[in-house]
This record gives sequence, structure tokens and C-alpha cells, in this order.
Amino acid sequence: MVDRIADPWGERTPYGPGQQWPVRVDRYLADGRTDADVDRWVQSASVLHSNGDALDIGVADGRIVGVRGRAVDRINRGRVDPKDLYGWQANHSPDRLTRPLVRDGDRLVESDWDTAMGRIVARSRELLDGPGGWGHFGFYTTGQLFLEEYYTLGVIGKAGLGTPHMDGNTRLCTATAAAALKASFGTDGQPGSYTDVDHCDAIALWGHNVAETQTVLWMRMLDRRRGPNPPAMLAVDPRATPVAREADVHLAVRNGTNVALLNGLLREIVRRGWYDHDYVDAHTVGFDELCRIVDGYPPQRVAEICDVPAADVERAAELLGGSQRLLSTVLQGFYQSNQATAAACAVNNLHLVRGMIGRPGAGIYQMNGQPTAQNTRETGADGDLPGLRNWDNERHIEELARLWNVDVDTIPHWAPPTHAMQIFRYAEQGSIKLLWISATNPAVSLPELHRIRQILTRPELFVVVQDLFLTETAEFADVVLPAATWGEKTGTFTSVDRTVHISDKAVDPPGEARPDLDIFLDYARRMDFRDRDGQPLIDWSGPEEVFEAWKECSRGRPCDYSGITYDRLRGGSGIQWPCTEEHPDGTERLYTDGHFPTDPDYCETYGQDLATGAEFTEAEYRAKEPNGRAFLHTVDYQPSAEVPDEEHPLLLTTGRTVYQFHTRTKTGRAPQLNQAAPDVWVELNPADAARFGIVEGDLVGVSSARGAIQARARLCGIRPGVVFLPFHYGYFDQDPTDRSPRAANELTITAWDPVSKQPLFKVAAVAVTKLADGRGVPSPAPTVGGSAPPADADVPPTVGGPAAEATSGRE
Amino acid sequence: MHLAHYLGLLHRAQVNLADAFRQVADAHAEEPDIEHLCQQQAKRCDAYAEQLHPFVVRYSEDAPDEPDRLHSELFTGTRTGGIGLLRDLQDLYLMAAECDITWTVVGQAAYGVRDEELLSVVRRCEGETAIQLKWLRTRMKAAAPQALVVAD
Repeated sequence: MVDRIADPWGERTPYGPGQQWPVRVDRYLADGRTDADVDRWVQSASVLHSNGDALDIGVADGRIVGVRGRAVDRINRGRVDPKDLYGWQANHSPDRLTRPLVRDGDRLVESDWDTAMGRIVARSRELLDGPGGWGHFGFYTTGQLFLEEYYTLGVIGKAGLGTPHMDGNTRLCTATAAAALKASFGTDGQPGSYTDVDHCDAIALWGHNVAETQTVLWMRMLDRRRGPNPPAMLAVDPRATPVAREADVHLAVRNGTNVALLNGLLREIVRRGWYDHDYVDAHTVGFDELCRIVDGYPPQRVAEICDVPAADVERAAELLGGSQRLLSTVLQGFYQSNQATAAACAVNNLHLVRGMIGRPGAGIYQMNGQPTAQNTRETGADGDLPGLRNWDNERHIEELARLWNVDVDTIPHWAPPTHAMQIFRYAEQGSIKLLWISATNPAVSLPELHRIRQILTRPELFVVVQDLFLTETAEFADVVLPAATWGEKTGTFTSVDRTVHISDKAVDPPGEARPDLDIFLDYARRMDFRDRDGQPLIDWSGPEEVFEAWKECSRGRPCDYSGITYDRLRGGSGIQWPCTEEHPDGTERLYTDGHFPTDPDYCETYGQDLATGAEFTEAEYRAKEPNGRAFLHTVDYQPSAEVPDEEHPLLLTTGRTVYQFHTRTKTGRAPQLNQAAPDVWVELNPADAARFGIVEGDLVGVSSARGAIQARARLCGIRPGVVFLPFHYGYFDQDPTDRSPRAANELTITAWDPVSKQPLFKVAAVAVTKLADGRGVPSPAPTVGGSAPPADADVPPTVGGPAAEATSGRE
Repeated sequence: MHLAHYLGLLHRAQVNLADAFRQVADAHAEEPDIEHLCQQQAKRCDAYAEQLHPFVVRYSEDAPDEPDRLHSELFTGTRTGGIGLLRDLQDLYLMAAECDITWTVVGQAAYGVRDEELLSVVRRCEGETAIQLKWLRTRMKAAAPQALVVAD
């Protein structure tokens, strides 16, 4: 038995380069059940992080009783993240929403579906009358629904209502990954495969605490590190995360300086002749400009900007430059920081100049934060168009119009789809009057929460919330729709490395809760959306029919699903897109021939200026004559929009713990996970703490120009001058009359990257003060992960005990 | 030789544009991207003006009197609201366009006087000014339908 709270990564199964990752099947059944007590196992995959781990749901007496990993799957080979081992218990939580709620004055009262949907439809029709009626609608969805639900929502928005105001909370986690892939390679789509871990000889983790965000991917890396000929490892992170502790070189850079670091590393690689001259010549555009810019970043200057030793910058460059099969992964430390898209593109540059793309071990993971984020991007439920089409390419819009049988001008394409921060701004100004929020919790997850609460409470704004629980956001809604969740509905979703999995329905949803797909289809039917011939715009009734429709939309595009069926996804492993007649088993790696989808008729974007987001035109793009070559986009470092000053001398960074997901809507209701990380904490470097007279466990006030919170101090290995707050903690589990401010986003800044429009959660300036003595009681921070205290600290270890005992075997 | 007059015109146009970017940034601080990017562009305009200054001084020695009505006033203050933002961005666009064409004219003159140093400044700044125009156009295209058709 393994206590997977005390040891989230479990037992090592070491292996060598080129070998297959050994199987290790993890399972957890609640209440002392064994396999013999399980009536049936239902195929699924994880929805509590983006790794895409395949697992089976154990069902007994019509209830979920546990999960086990799928040994056959290419992604996890049987392993399961602790969030997935225990998180499903939230499905059974007694406070699940089981009936629709509607607003009656200052309270929400139970209602029925006819009443609730009737109110939404009546308001919708009222708003749709008159010119510009489409512009009153805003949709804000998630990275946790299924592909079929996103595609349906996308068609409702783009072809039914004709509004460009649709985005997902993937804007907060993944937008920069998409922007960087499009900018460098022409379209979205991850070049590499998770099997690159099996082949690589160096791994660089750029602002990616993979040990806590995607534990199974970390297990794969650790298993390589414990086997023969292990890969070298580089970590860039201001915190002493498990990744940083494992790495051979750790660069604890000052927040917001990633572009300076990458420019410096690229300079070394060019100067010392570690780049691939032939590859650069044949397959890239922009090398001379790259050389001109990075030349201004010698190690000493990088050391000053990033506040790391110049010798470490050189060591990092040697590690990268000496590798033959380099794997890079990038996440929020880059995506939610200053110059996000430029920094992510610089990682692509590194791989392009070294020719480290399109072969085993030479991979790039521009990661996702959420499990189904990839699908919002593919289907057009966020600020992209279905099938990774280019909003600025009239032929692409005509394809969609033909597919949906609507007029071209119905589909909004006069500008890029409206990004989330702008949707909330339009709601604040009053031009968006109906905001439909599905499966996400902006009242905790968006920056500057005081402002978000003000927007959601505007009397003129009609707010629809579709979720499992009465979240912090749902409290502000005019109509609350109870949704079914993972395990209670069927659909597909796609991981970072393009692997598509099916998740089958295992049990019925509680009460009157309905699958999100059914809710969207019900709205479409009641709104009576029609195509050009007067036929219903959407004639699907179930997930498999939507999937078949989606296959047609994706045909011929980079994310081609046309060779996949529900049947083919059942029983075995996931399948990587593109999957077509010619490639019936899917495609493990993209760009194996060094040919990139930058053709002007095919590409997803005509490009943007990385400093301002200024859009280039089709004519300007054509003039670059990409001819299947990738773009090297290089810019100079610019300081953040907000930097510390006398009043706010520290930099705030936010992030995750291994035990919680998103705003804890589910993980906060799973006992083992909640007990492991029950409340917010603030991480301080001991030197900073001493300066402010703070010791472990003291109650600390953290304030910015926008708000203040209280949290107990954890003294640990974070770099001096920086404080860390986990962003998960909101207010749902506090007494409404006695809520102390604890959400990290009370403090964060309303600002975003000019290209990806991803908010900057990593660069707020804050002040800290001691509020009360901790009296020797340590903070609620876990001792596992980035918040681990020094070895000599008197802090009891985080354990799960008997309730967290899971099995792990090589069956 | 009248080059000094055009250098002066461009110098003042860049100073005025920097000032206008700052005014729009302050007036529309509730649009964070506008505030941030206008401040960023104001700094760029400052840098262009600074790079021009030595040439203004150098060529003024040979300059006859300044012709009449050389300077024009494009910007007379900011406005509020969604449509106000659009109008302010449009003013910035016209001012940046004036800079853009003036860089072209000065560039032609730089060829005439065989001034390689001035030419390299022109080439750098002209390209950046084109990006300013492009950004303003991008932002206005996105904002116009909501401001003109949807907003009350």
C-alpha cells in the first residue's frame, strides 16, 4: 500500500533511453473495497489536470467507488495522479446542485428546467432584437468540459447568435501555448509526444513545476533520471520546487525576466557554434534578426537582469547546447508572466536553431494547465475558430459557413474573437448584458477580484452559471443550471500531446442535473436557431453525433479527427491527431520532415508584432514567403508593467499545489486532498521573513494596490524578494458571515500579454506585514512540493494516513 | 537647404505624439492594454525624438527662416467612454501617420545629403512607427463594432 498523499509520485520504475516506460497500475477503492466489489470498470481519463492520464472508473451498485490506471495507455502506462485517485469523491458530495435555481430578489430559489431555461431564452430573445444584438452576449467557458460540448457551444455562439464574445478560462492557463505555437509554426498543435521523455538526453523545464501540475509526466521523467544514462535537467523557476531540487542546473530568475534569459542562452548557443546551420538554413525564417537581437545579451547582462549568477547562465547554455535530444516543457512561469508569448516563442527558437524538433527525444511541450484546454482551442469555444482556422482568412470562414449552411457574414470574423478580459470589460461597461459562465469560477480565478465581483453584481448584467456546486461565482447568478460531470456523461478530450481519449458515462447524475451538452442543445432548440434553408442549425442529439459532425469540421485541418471513432477509442489506448485514412493510427510527432504549416492559405494566423499585438495583413504575411519554414521571433527584453517599489517591495507569484485543482470546486470536497492542503499560505524566503520579523506559522497580511489578504507564513526555499500564494483558495467553504480575505487574486493585476491576452498573474508588487504570532503552530502549507520547509524545521510531514492508502503494481 | 525645417517638424511631431500617447493612457486607464501600450509607445516616441535631436541641431546651422504654417495641431485632448476611446485612438493614428510620412520625407532628404547616419536612424524609426500605426488599427478594428453598434 502507498500513501499517495505523503508520496504523490509513488514508487520508481527506472528505465533507460529508448526503452518502453514500465507499467505501474495505481488504484484506489474507497471504504476498504477490493476489485471483487466492483461491478464494472468504465473507461475514462483524468479531468483534474492536463496530462491526459487514462483510467477506469470502478462502479458498484450504481455508484462510483474508485479508479484504476489503464496499463495499456501510451500516456500513463497505468499511473494515476493523487488528484484523480481521490478527487472523484466530490461527485458524491451532498451539496451537489440537483435542481435549477433562479434569482428572486437577493436570493436564489429552487426552480425547474422550464422556468430556468425560459428566463434565459426570454432575455436572449429580447437582447437579440435590433442591430448589434449579438454584441450583448458573452460566453465564458472552461478547460474541463468535453470536445462535443465545446463544439456545440462554438456553433451556437458563432453561427446561432453570431457573437465573437466567447472565451474559456483556458485564457488563464493555455492561451500563450497556442499563441506561441501559431506564431512559430503557423498553426496550433504540439510538435512532440510524451514518449520524447523516453528518448531525450536533456530536459529543460521553463517555468513548469511539472511535479505538482502533472505528476504522472514527472514520474516518467523521474524514472528516466533513476535509470541508466539519465537525461540532464534544467529548471527555471523562482521557487525551490521539486523540479528545481532535482535539476542539475536551477535558475531562480527574478519574475518577469524570461525573455532576457532566453536571449542570453540563445546568444551562447549561436556564439559557441551549437546551432544546426543546415536546419536553420532550410527550415527557418529570421535567423539574422535573432542573432542581431540576442547579441545584446552577454551572460553578465543576463545575470544582472535576471538576478542569477552569470556562471549558471553559461552552465545552462552548455547543458542545452551539448544535448543531442532536447525536450522542453513550458508552463505558467512563462505563460502568466511578462512578455509571455515572446518568451514561449524563444523556447521554440531554441529548438529550431538546434534542429531539435520532429524526432524522438527532440520535443517541445507548450503545456496546458487544464485537461480539455486543447479542445477549446480546436473547436472554437475560446478565442480561436473551429478547426484551427484563421479568422482573417476569408476562405476559412467560407468553409465554416458551408459546413454550417449559414451566411458568411453571420460568423463574426471582422477581428479576432474577444478575449476573456475584454468580455468582462464589455460587461463592466454595460454593452454585454448576458454572460453565460460554464464550469468555471471567475469570482476566484480572475485577477483583481474586487473588480470581478463588482461586474458580476451589476444589476443590468444577466448572469447564467452552469456548474456542479454553488460556487463563489454562482452566488452572483440570475440563473444557476445544475450540470452533470465527469463519470456522469460521455464525451472525448485531448491531451497536450494530441492524444484523444474517450470518457464514458459510468453513473447517472444526481437529481435533475444534466450533461452540459444537453443544456446547450436545449438552449439551441428553444432559441430555434436555423440554417440558411430554414432547417435547425443544430440537429445533433447525443455526443457521438456531435463527434461525427466535428470530424467533418476538422477534416483537412491540422487537428484532423476524421480517422477516429468512438469505437476505436474504446478498449485500447488514446489516439493522437491528426488521424486520417492515410494515418489511421494517428501521428506521434509533427514536423518530422522539417516542413511547417506556414502556407498562407493554410496557416492559422498572419502573425502579430510580439511587443504590441499589432496584426499583420495577409499581404504582409505572403511577402515573407515562408515556404513551409518556421518563424524565429525574437524581441528585446522589456521590464514588467508592474515592478516593486518602496510601498510594495516584493514580487508576488501565484501557482498550484499538488493536492488542489483550479478553485477547489472538486478537490476541496475530496477529504484526503482537502486535508493535505486545507487553507491558503504564503511562502517567504527566510531572509525576507527575518527582515519583517516573521517566523513559520505567523499570520501575515499581503497587500497590493488592489487588495489585501491574510495567510499563514511558510518559510522555505523561494528566492529572496519573491512571495508565493496558491491561487486555489476562495470562500465557498467559509461561513458567509465570517469570511477572511484569502484569495490570491484579490491582489493580482489586471494586465495581459499583448499577443496571447493571457493575464499576468506572476508579476504583482506586494507588501507583507506580520498580523499575529503563530505561537509555534506551522502554516497549513503541505510539506510536499514547492512549499516544503527546510529539513531542520519543526513541521509535521503531510500524510494521508490509512484513508489515503492506494495500491500500485506491475500487473 | 530646408531639411532642418522638416527635421524640426518631425521632432515636434514625435514629441507631440509622445504627449498624446501619455494623455490617452491616463484618460483610459480602465482599459489596461491601452494604458500599458500607450505608455510603452510614448517612451518609444521619446527615444525617436532624442535620436533626431542631434540632426536638428546639425542642419539648423544652414537653415533659412522657417516657412509659414509648417506645424499643425491634430490633438486637442482626450474623451471618455467606448466611442471616446475610438476617437482618441483615431487621433493617435492620424498623428502617427503624420510621423510616418514625415520619416519618409526626411529619409528621402537623407539620401539627398548622403547622410548615412541619418538614414540609419530613419530606417529604424520608420519601421517602428509603422508598427504603431498597425497596433492602433488592430485595436480600433476590434473596438469599433461594439462601440458603434452594440453599446447604448
